[in-house]
Amino acid sequence: MDKFEALKISTKPKNVLDKSLSKGKGEVSHAIFALLFSEMVQYCQSKSYTVPELQAKLHEMGADVGNRVVDLYFVRDRNSKRETKIIQMLLFIKTTLWKNLFGKEAEKLEQSHDDERTYYIIEKEPLVNAYISVPKDKSSLNCASFTAGIVESVLTLCGFNCKVSSHWHKGTTYMVKFEDHVINRDKQMEEK
Amino acid sequence: MSRQNTRLDQKKVNTELLTLAYGSFVTQILHDQNLNIDEVNKNLERIGYNIGLRLIEDFLSRTAAPRCLEMRETADRIQQAFRIYLNIQPAITNWSSSSDEFSLIFENNPLIDFVELPPEFSNLRYSAIICGCIRGALEMVQQEVQCFLVQDQLKSDSCTEIRVKFIRRLEDAIPAGED
Repeated sequence: MDKFEALKISTKPKNVLDKSLSKGKGEVSHAIFALLFSEMVQYCQSKSYTVPELQAKLHEMGADVGNRVVDLYFVRDRNSKRETKIIQMLLFIKTTLWKNLFGKEAEKLEQSHDDERTYYIIEKEPLVNAYISVPKDKSSLNCASFTAGIVESVLTLCGFNCKVSSHWHKGTTYMVKFEDHVINRDKQMEEK
Repeated sequence: MSRQNTRLDQKKVNTELLTLAYGSFVTQILHDQNLNIDEVNKNLERIGYNIGLRLIEDFLSRTAAPRCLEMRETADRIQQAFRIYLNIQPAITNWSSSSDEFSLIFENNPLIDFVELPPEFSNLRYSAIICGCIRGALEMVQQEVQCFLVQDQLKSDSCTEIRVKFIRRLEDAIPAGED
């Protein structure tokens, strides 16, 4: 009987943490992702009355993805070392995160001229927005708020509390607005 | 035909993006349905069905596949579709004696990387979206099928097995002008 029990345990599937970490190089067709994303947008739309509501729902789903990639990408690409400076962290997002998720880097990273708390990540053609045509009566809708959700949760989980929103500007611009204490901390670190 | 390659998007995306996006989608639905697993299963199947309805267009223009005359051809096409869209190659086995029912078996289901089902969700058919997708796509080519998960790696099975069963040919659905 004991033997039988042992046998049963050994055939149990491996816990996800027991498996070695995949390289993450697998690829699937863009079409299938586009269709799945379209279903996600439709689902959110069926549950909301206004554009901001719809964007908030997509944002939330993005945040869920963000939660999961933080550790994954730091372990895989950065030898488990987190970033401590704002600029380095944003560069990590612009390069590593974007490359892993979307296969290319985001085009630009800029700081706002009149507000030191605000940064912009600019992406000309977001992968998630391919094949999405925005209806005229909902012209402010940008489904890249899904991506904004990812960025916000990654930054927040790394200790850079912020709000991230997506806007139609030079393609899609993600506006990252850090909380004051994050900026102050960064300044203190520079002084040392 | 010659323009096919220039017009169709050959681009690939990282599997993890699909996996994680789908994961957050399922989580959201679970949340919205107050953890009513039966409803979630239905939702997932229907979402797959919607995807299938549109995916078949892409598949037909990509492959220029002719009409399938028997179930074995259909099975090959489905296998091909898995290769194109999910980059996996399922095995086609377990044909019924009347050749109207078969199984697709694969080990590396991209949807379930990183996924573990808590015990209370043991009824959740996480990969039901694939079944819905097959059903939707085949309906668009006038084949009604039943499609369901027989084995599921999230439930201690060693592979994912999807059973496809031919129900009937949808004669009436052929639009005017087609023969």
